[in-house]
Amino acid sequence: MSERLVAKDLAAAVAEVCQACGKDPHRLMDIVRGVQKHAGHISGEAMSLIAGELGIPRVEVESVVSFYSFYSDTPQGRIVIRLCNDVIDRLAGADGVAQVFCDELGIGIGETTPDGAIHLTTTPCIGMCDQAPAALIDDVVVTSLNTDRARDIVRGLKEHKDPRRLIWTLGDGNNADDLVQAMVQNNIRHRGQVILSDYDEGQGLEKALALSPAEVIRAVNNARLRGRGGAGFPAGMKWQFTRDADGDRKFIICNADEGEPGTFKDRVVLTERADLMFEGMTIAGYAIGAAEGLIYLRGEYAYLEDYLTSLIDARRDKGFLGQDILGKAGFNFDIRIQMGAGSYICGEETALISSCEGQRGDPKTRPPFPAQEGYLKCPTVVNNVETFCAVSRILDKGAGWFARMGSSGSSGTKLLSISGDCRSPGVYEVEFGTKLSEVLKMVGAERVQAVQMGGPSGQLVGPGDFERTICYDDLATGGAMMVFNKDRDLLQIVDEFMEFFIDESCGYCTPCRVGNVLLRQALGEVIAGRATAADLDRLAELATSVKTASRCGLGQTSPNPILSSLERFRPVYEARLRAEDDGLIPSFDLADAVGEAAAIAGRPSAHTKA
Amino acid sequence: MNTIKFTIDGVSIEAESGQTIMSAADEAGVYIPRLCAHPDLKPYGSCRVCTVLVNGRPQASCTQPVSDGIVVENESEAIQRIRRDIIEMLFVEGNHYCMYCEKSGNCELQAIGYRFGITAPKYPFQFPSQNIDASHPYVFIDRNRCILCARCVRASRDIDGKQIFQFVGRGPERHLGINAEAHLRDTDIDITDKALEVCPVGALMKKGIGYAVPVGKRLYDIEPIGSDIEARRPAPTA
Repeated sequence: MSERLVAKDLAAAVAEVCQACGKDPHRLMDIVRGVQKHAGHISGEAMSLIAGELGIPRVEVESVVSFYSFYSDTPQGRIVIRLCNDVIDRLAGADGVAQVFCDELGIGIGETTPDGAIHLTTTPCIGMCDQAPAALIDDVVVTSLNTDRARDIVRGLKEHKDPRRLIWTLGDGNNADDLVQAMVQNNIRHRGQVILSDYDEGQGLEKALALSPAEVIRAVNNARLRGRGGAGFPAGMKWQFTRDADGDRKFIICNADEGEPGTFKDRVVLTERADLMFEGMTIAGYAIGAAEGLIYLRGEYAYLEDYLTSLIDARRDKGFLGQDILGKAGFNFDIRIQMGAGSYICGEETALISSCEGQRGDPKTRPPFPAQEGYLKCPTVVNNVETFCAVSRILDKGAGWFARMGSSGSSGTKLLSISGDCRSPGVYEVEFGTKLSEVLKMVGAERVQAVQMGGPSGQLVGPGDFERTICYDDLATGGAMMVFNKDRDLLQIVDEFMEFFIDESCGYCTPCRVGNVLLRQALGEVIAGRATAADLDRLAELATSVKTASRCGLGQTSPNPILSSLERFRPVYEARLRAEDDGLIPSFDLADAVGEAAAIAGRPSAHTKA
Repeated sequence: MNTIKFTIDGVSIEAESGQTIMSAADEAGVYIPRLCAHPDLKPYGSCRVCTVLVNGRPQASCTQPVSDGIVVENESEAIQRIRRDIIEMLFVEGNHYCMYCEKSGNCELQAIGYRFGITAPKYPFQFPSQNIDASHPYVFIDRNRCILCARCVRASRDIDGKQIFQFVGRGPERHLGINAEAHLRDTDIDITDKALEVCPVGALMKKGIGYAVPVGKRLYDIEPIGSDIEARRPAPTA
């Protein structure tokens, strides 16, 4: 993948890439990716050329290129190293690793070596928290890094310039497949009955096709299956709305954009249970009357693209996809992979649809909901990878079998991605209703101070919550669980979560675009020891405004790290407060404020600190 | 057409099915503060100043359709506080110097700030570095004053049929882009474009006609913003 095509005329290359995508502006994501693969970046000239080929305004191309962090409008290195800098990676030593990369390359983060060979940057969670620190080198994933390995990587790249040759060991299972060849480990620690147990390919689909579409939806309803992405909307209800919506053309989209820091369970499903997922999508297509499916695969998982493509091809050969599937006359369904390009917000279903349509990943206004007007304004079902897998299993084993597992409001099992301070980080499939304390015991977590349930957008919980149960009605989670022991600085962690949300906000609405920046600044005052008790109340008020007024799930949840830590760990904040002693606002530093003027005047002011 | 009945702060309102809460409120003479909404443009829902509670749930009234029996909270203390926070966010996010801005008195951000009694924002100013584009002979963009409401984006696309504007960048880096390599003069913008008429602030301005009306005698110098809508409200019956 890292090899650039031989340099050729940019215009010819753009024309070729656009032609391969049928000059369809809705394929702009693929087109930009293709052009970048050829040219290394998307120059202003390339933007104009793409716009010309597609007959769209140039600014639409610029808008898309500027939105996704994997696209660049300036030349990068021939190889791009993206060091994962999420909280878990940093706790595992990512900063030291980054320092070695900088030293060995002789550049800083965000810079390119003078010979144009290597660009070094950071990226949020790449879905490898169970084998942190990790990095992406072009599309190649390197995991379990330390300073020695970082040194070897840079020396290797300088010598052979081939990221694929950096893989010093292959992972387990399909990670070792010829088309994957990744050093990623599955780290499957606990197999439940729904997703990770063995299964017979095609069983669910065969049984579904023996039913009517209405009966399939009834089965999903009877199983009480709720969306596994986090929101927990009843899947059968979503399908029914989409089936009932007017329109001849309908779509099934699988959300494989797990970007919530600390989440990596879909990575394992895509590696080991992709057929179960494709089968679920096909069943959904049958149920709602859709002939087309898309899987939106996050750019970080590009290393799985060829493998997943081969599985789709194989399913076509076996009669599981294509025309008259399994002999069912008139039932046609096929699946295409849509690659993402580094954007957390695209995990939000309407932003994901925008991205699939070749636009910047701004969420759409609701209503209309995707069930009425989704991809290309057609009725669309968007479900999570894990949800589709559960569908296959429900149709195979029966709704009753599924509904008997879990708790009353949350049937079935849940995949958990567990990382941080524990002995056995990895993927655990547990029944809903399992107590958090049991899970912590399973993973070997000791001296636990806090657990981030559901990633940064979820809740930071403490020992007082450990006897609560994992389910939609109690401790809800899209799957991420980050464990922090008593040595960790919670405010530092909250601060990093806020930085993440600032970077990943699309910027469409005021509260999220501006409010998160202000929240982080206010938190910074606490961390710096300049805040008073009254500032904590103001912090909570601002957080509530952002949560209440934001347009989509990102801004509606981004204040959660602050709000939940204030609620459960207030003493951690209070320990940093300063008394309001002199009648001045403590966060106002007079010496600092007049510092610049004093420097210009060339003499210290009366307020300059000694 | 179906008639829908609902209430805003206890006042009964009638609307047609498919109307937004804001447009129904406007017709009934109930002012819901807003910045990105504009009567001639499709709703966009970005500023969030028009947030109301619909049966207790926050919604942008400019995009949310009416439905029968909903209970809308518009002027409750909690909602007004959130709106005030949002307006203050917009003030500190940009570089808004009312005292030397030609838009002063006609600026909707300034007017709404006055309506909410904001004298100084409680958040720290961000002092961003923003680009000004004065390349065009008749029009200039001052991004220091842009509130990213997308009125020009929508007007250019839906009314002028030109698509001169679109947003570039994301998060705090999001800013108004133009359909040209670098300069506004290279776009096909015209002095008669609707896009130039709808800017609520002093971001997209016509050159050469500054101060035709003196400060002090401008739209919102005379009446607070929203007065025109409130004037439609029927007098209470005794």
